[in-house]
Amino acid sequence: MSMIEGSLIGERSGSSTASLGSRLNRQWNWRSLAARLTLLLALLVSFSSPGFAQAPDKQLSALVDALYPGDYGDRQAAIAALVATGDPRAVPVLQVLGEGDLYAVEATGKVAFVERSGSNYALTDPVTGAALGEVARSDTEKVRVNNSLRRTIRTAIGQMTLLSDNPGTRLSAAQSILRDADPANLDLLDTALASEADSKIRTTMELARAVILLKSDDVSFEDQQQAAATVAASGSRDAITILTSALASAPDDLKPAIQSSLDGLQRDRAAWAALQNVWFGVSLGSVLLLAAIGLAITFGVMGVINMAHGEMVMLGAYTTFAVQEVIRQNAPALFDYSLAIALPLAFLLTALIGIAIERGVIRWLYGRALETLLATWGLSLILQQTVRSIFGPTNRQVGNPSWMSGSVDFYGLSLTWSRVWIVVFAIVVFVALLVVLNRTALGLQMRAVTQNRRMASAMGIRTPFVDAMTFGLGSGIAGLAGVALSQIDNVSPNLGQGYIIDSFMVVVFGGVGNLWGTLVGAMTLGIANKFLEPYAGAVLGKILILVLIILFIQRRPRGLFALKGRSVEA
Amino acid sequence: MLTQALFRALDRKAIWLIGILVALAVLVPAANLLIPPGQFGHVPNYAVTLFGKYLSYAMLALALDLVWGYCGILSLGHGAFFALGGYAMGMYLMRQIGNRGVYANAQLPDFMVFLNWKELPWYWQGFDNFAFAMLMVMLVPGILAFVFGFLAFRSRVTGVYLSIITQAMTYALLLAFFRNDMGFGGNNGLTDFKDILGQPIAAPTTRASLFAATAIALALSVLVCSTIVRSKLGKVMVAVRDAESRTRFLGYRVEYVKLFAFVVSAVMAGIAGALYVPQVGIINPGEFDPANSIEVVIWTAVGGRGTIVGPIIGAILVNMGKSYFTGALPELWLFALGALFVGVTLFLPKGIVGLLGQYRSLTTRREQHQPQTPGPMQLEAGLDPQPKAAE
Amino acid sequence: MSDKTGTMLYLDGVSVAFDGFKAINNLSLIVYPAEMLAIIGPNGAGKTTMMDIITGKTRPDDGEVLFDGRTDLTRLDEAAIANLGIGRKFQKPTVFESQTVWDNLEMALRKPRGIFATLFYTADAADIARIEDILNTVRLGHRKNDLAANLSHGQKQWLEIGMLLAQDPKLLLVDEPVAGMTDSETAETAKLLREIATTRSVVVVEHDMSFVRDLGSRVTCLAEGAVLAEGSLEQVSANPLVIERYLGR
Ligand SMILES: Nc1ncnc2c1ncn2[C@@H]1O[C@H](COP(=O)(O)OP(=O)(O)OP(=O)(O)O)[C@@H](O)[C@H]1O
Ligand SMILES: [Mg+2]
Repeated sequence: MSMIEGSLIGERSGSSTASLGSRLNRQWNWRSLAARLTLLLALLVSFSSPGFAQAPDKQLSALVDALYPGDYGDRQAAIAALVATGDPRAVPVLQVLGEGDLYAVEATGKVAFVERSGSNYALTDPVTGAALGEVARSDTEKVRVNNSLRRTIRTAIGQMTLLSDNPGTRLSAAQSILRDADPANLDLLDTALASEADSKIRTTMELARAVILLKSDDVSFEDQQQAAATVAASGSRDAITILTSALASAPDDLKPAIQSSLDGLQRDRAAWAALQNVWFGVSLGSVLLLAAIGLAITFGVMGVINMAHGEMVMLGAYTTFAVQEVIRQNAPALFDYSLAIALPLAFLLTALIGIAIERGVIRWLYGRALETLLATWGLSLILQQTVRSIFGPTNRQVGNPSWMSGSVDFYGLSLTWSRVWIVVFAIVVFVALLVVLNRTALGLQMRAVTQNRRMASAMGIRTPFVDAMTFGLGSGIAGLAGVALSQIDNVSPNLGQGYIIDSFMVVVFGGVGNLWGTLVGAMTLGIANKFLEPYAGAVLGKILILVLIILFIQRRPRGLFALKGRSVEA
Repeated sequence: MLTQALFRALDRKAIWLIGILVALAVLVPAANLLIPPGQFGHVPNYAVTLFGKYLSYAMLALALDLVWGYCGILSLGHGAFFALGGYAMGMYLMRQIGNRGVYANAQLPDFMVFLNWKELPWYWQGFDNFAFAMLMVMLVPGILAFVFGFLAFRSRVTGVYLSIITQAMTYALLLAFFRNDMGFGGNNGLTDFKDILGQPIAAPTTRASLFAATAIALALSVLVCSTIVRSKLGKVMVAVRDAESRTRFLGYRVEYVKLFAFVVSAVMAGIAGALYVPQVGIINPGEFDPANSIEVVIWTAVGGRGTIVGPIIGAILVNMGKSYFTGALPELWLFALGALFVGVTLFLPKGIVGLLGQYRSLTTRREQHQPQTPGPMQLEAGLDPQPKAAE
Repeated sequence: MSDKTGTMLYLDGVSVAFDGFKAINNLSLIVYPAEMLAIIGPNGAGKTTMMDIITGKTRPDDGEVLFDGRTDLTRLDEAAIANLGIGRKFQKPTVFESQTVWDNLEMALRKPRGIFATLFYTADAADIARIEDILNTVRLGHRKNDLAANLSHGQKQWLEIGMLLAQDPKLLLVDEPVAGMTDSETAETAKLLREIATTRSVVVVEHDMSFVRDLGSRVTCLAEGAVLAEGSLEQVSANPLVIERYLGR
C-alpha cells in the first residue's frame, strides 16, 4: 500500500500525463503485484481525461477474457479485438501477455494478473485492478504466446502508443522505449520516426534510437558515433548514465568519442550545480542584504551600532502575523494581499519605534558608540520580552500568499517563488534606497553628515533631525525585511537574534562607505556560505566564514568600502 | 622591582578589598561547616555554592574591566575565555569520573562511548593530570587571546569593529562547541562530575573549599589588577583608552599594551571559568553565547568600570538580582536587565562606585568648605590621581 | 637636494594625495642639527600633513623622508619614529585628559617604553627632579596633581610642550604652539624654543607673524603642498608670491 501512496505522491510533483505514462511502462519490470496495481491506478488516472477511447469495464473484461482458452489463432484474433478498442487499459494487459506472465483460472476462464503467494496465486483484475482472491497455482494456466504472437503484440502496443493519435501517449511511449532501450523496438521506432511531426516527440524518439544503437553490437562505427553525439546533445538528465554504461561496453575505437561527450556533459553538470549554488547564495545574500542594509545606514551616518536592529526585523515579521490574523478573521479573501498591507504597516511601526529610540536614548549617547551598543542591546532585550509577553514564546504561523508558494522551473533549476520574490524585493529595496540617498534632500543631508558631521552641522544641516530620520529609515527597512523574512523563517521572538550577527558581518565586511559595500558584502557572504556548505557542512561553513572575516578585517580594518577622510580617523 | 610594584598596588582600598575577600574565604566555609544547621550564623550549603558562583562571575567582570574600563577595549567575547577555562576544568573532571560513568568505560568519557569513538582524541591527553589541566585553564584562553589580539590590535581594529569581531569569535566557538565531532560533548557539554582532587565534588567540605579557592583567586586577581593599574603601564593603558594615537606618538607600542591587557584578562577569565564549573557541575556550549558576554559588560558597567571594586560589586549585585527575578518573576527578568543596560549607560556612566564617589565628594564639600586635597573620594571616582612621591 | 649626510630631517620630492587631492606636492625640505625652521603658509597648505608624514601617521605616495641622514621614516610606524627621537606637539592640544599633569609628564619622560619596563617602573630621584624641572619651565608646578582635563586651553598647550620636553627628542615638530596664549606667554614660548634649538632641531608651524619674528629662524612658506619661498622672514615676507597667496594686502 505504501508503495502506491509513494508512487502517487511522486506523481503529484511529476504531474504531467506523459511522465505518468512513462513511469508506468518502466514499472512493468517490477515483479510485484503492488507495483502493477500502482501502474494500473496511475494508468487509469493518466488516461481518464476526455478524448481517450474508453470502453466500459465489462466489455473490455470480456475481450480480455477472450484471450483464453483457444489456440494461437484465436488469441491472435482476441488481441486484434483488444487493440481495436483503442483503450489504453489494454496496453498493460498486452505487455504482460507478451512477457508470458498472464494467467487464467482454469475453472472460470477468468484472465488475471497474478502474484505468487505461497502455493497460491493472488489474482488481480487486469481491467479494474480489483483483487480477485487467491487460487491454487495448479488451478491456473498460463496464457501462452509464441514468437509470432509476440511480434503482433509488440506491433500492437506500438500502434496503441508510439503511433497513437494522441501526442501525449506517443511521447510517453517514446520515453518508455528510451528507458528500456530494447533493440527489438528499433524497427518500430524507425517507423514511428518516419511519420512523427511533433518535434519534442521526435527528439525523444531519436534519443531512444541513439541509445538503442549505442547498446547494439551490430551497428556501424559511424552510426554509433552519431548516436553518442545525439545522446550528448540531447541534454537529457540521464545522458551521463546512458553514456557511462555505453562506455563500458563500447568497442575501443568508439571510447574516445563517448568519453569526450561524457566530459563535456560533466562539465555542464558541474556548471549547473555551481549555478544552483550561486542562486542559493544570491537568495541568502538577499536575505542578508535586507537584514543588514538598515544597520549599515545607521552605522554609516551616525557611527552607532544598533543592537536592537534584529528586533526591528522581528517586529516586522510580527506585524505580518498580526495583519494575517486580522485578515483571516475578517476578510479571508484579502489573504493574497496580506503582504502588501503588512509592508507599509511594518515600515511605519518600526520606523516610529526607531525614531523613538533615537530621540529617547541614542541622542544622549552621541559620540559614545560603545555605550550606544550596550543601550540598544538593553532595548533589544526589552523588545524581545515584550513580544514574548504578547504573542507567547513559540513560533507563530505566517502563511504564504498563493503567489509566494510553489516553485518555478528555470532551465532545470527549481526556484521556489518565496525565494525569487525575496531576491526581487531586496533589489527593489536596494534601488529605492539608492534613490533616497542620491536623489532626495534627506539623502544629501545624510551623506553630508556621514562624511563630516561637524561640517554638515556648521552648514546648517539639522543633524539631530537627520539622525532621527536616519534611524527611522534604518529601522523601517528592518521592518520591511521582517515582512520578507516571515515568509521563509520561523516567526518567533528570537527571529532577530538569528540575523544580527550575520548582519554585523555584512557591515564589517562591506564597510559603510556606501550602499554598494553592503550589497557586495551580503552577496559575497551569501554565496561563500553556500559554496562552503557542501564541503564543510552548514555549521563548519559558517564558522569558516566567521574566521575568514576576522582575518579579512586584519587587512581592511574598516571593510571593503571604507569611509575616508580625516573625520574618520579621529 | 616587583616588590615595589606590589607595594604601590596596595593602597588602602585594595588592602580592604583583599582583606574582605580573604576573610570571606575563611569565615564562610567556617560558618558553613562548623556551625550546625539551624543555629544562628550557619551558612547553608546552597548559599556557599551560589556565592562561590557569584565570586567567579566577579572575577570575570574584573577581567573584563581590565580591558574595557582601563584599556578601552570593549570585548563582547569575554565569555569565550571564561568558557574555555571552564572546559579545560571540565575535561579534568570528566577524566576523574573513570569507570563510574554510565558505560563504565575507564578509557573514554560517556559521550565518546556513545558516539562510538574508540580512543581518546589527542587533545584530551594529559587532562587526567590536575596540574596539566590547570596549565591549560590558563594557556588555552591566553593563547587564543594572544593570537586574536595580535591580529586585531596590530591592524588597528578598534571601537565598534573590535567589539563586533570579538562577538563573532565567541559565536564561532559557540557553533563549534555545539558540534558533536569536536569532542567536547556537543550540545550537552561536560557534566556528571564525580570528584575533584580525589574529593567528592558534591560534599560540603569540597564546596566550602571551592568557595575559599574562588575567594582567594579573586583576591589575587584584585592584587594583580591593582598592580597593573597603578603602575606606569596602567597609566599608559588609560592613555590608550583616552587617546590611542597620541600614545603612539609618545613612542608606546599601543598594540602591545592592548595585547598585554587582553591576554592577562583572558587568563583571569579562564581561571574564573575553571572555578565556576566544579561549583555549578556543568559546562556546555551555552556559555559561549554572545548574550552571556554582553551581560558581563553590564555587570561591569553597573558596578563602575575603570575601578577595581566596581565590577566585583556589579557582578554580585546583578547576579543576586537575577537569582531573585528568575525565581520570583521570571518574565520580568529580561525587562529588568534591558532597563539596566539602558539606565546605566544613560544615567550612571560611572556605575555605582562613581555614584558613591560623587555623593561622598558632595557631602564632604558641604561639611568642610575646605579646599580639596586629593584624597580617598577622588580615588573612589576611579580616576585616581595618585599622590606623588615628590609630595 | 642631494647631500643627505649631516641633515637631521631630509624630505625630497614628497607627495601625498587624498582621493586625488594633492595635499603635499613634490615637497623638499632640509633641517640641520641644532637648527630651527619656521614654517608658515595659508590654511590647507599642507603643514600639518607634512608633520603627519614625518611622524608616520600618513604614508607618502612618493618621495624620500630621512631622519638623521639615513633612517627612512616612510617604513616605520608612529611609535618607532617617536622612539628614534622625534617629538610632536599637535595643532589641537592633545593631552591625556583623565590623568594628572604629573602623570602626563611621567608617561612622556624618556624611559624604556617596553611593556615590562613600564609595568615595573618606579620613578627614581633623577626622574622626579626632571619632571619638577619641566613643571617649572612650563609653569604648571602648582597644578601638577590636577587632571589635565581641568586645564585651560593655553595650559594644555604648555603641558603638551612640557611633554615634548620630557621626551627629550632630537627633532621637535611643533604645530601652532602659541594659539590661545597671551602675548607674554607667546614671547616666553619663543624664548624657550630658541633655547631648545641650541641643542636640537626644531620645526615650528605658526600663523602668528610676531612669534615667527621672535623665533628669528629660517622661514619656509608652504602653499598648496609645495615650498613657495625660503629664507629669512624678511626675504620671505617680501616675496610677491607669498604676499599674494598668504600674507595678503
Ligand atoms: N586624511 C585626510 N583626508 C583627506 N584630506 C586630508 C587629509 N589630511 C589632510 N587633508 C587635506 O589636506 C590639506 C592640507 O591640510 P593640512 O591640515 O596639512 O593644512 P595646514 O597647512 O595644516 O592648514 P592649517 O594652517 O589650517 O592648519 C587640507 O585641504 C586637508 O583637507
Ligand atoms: Mg595645520
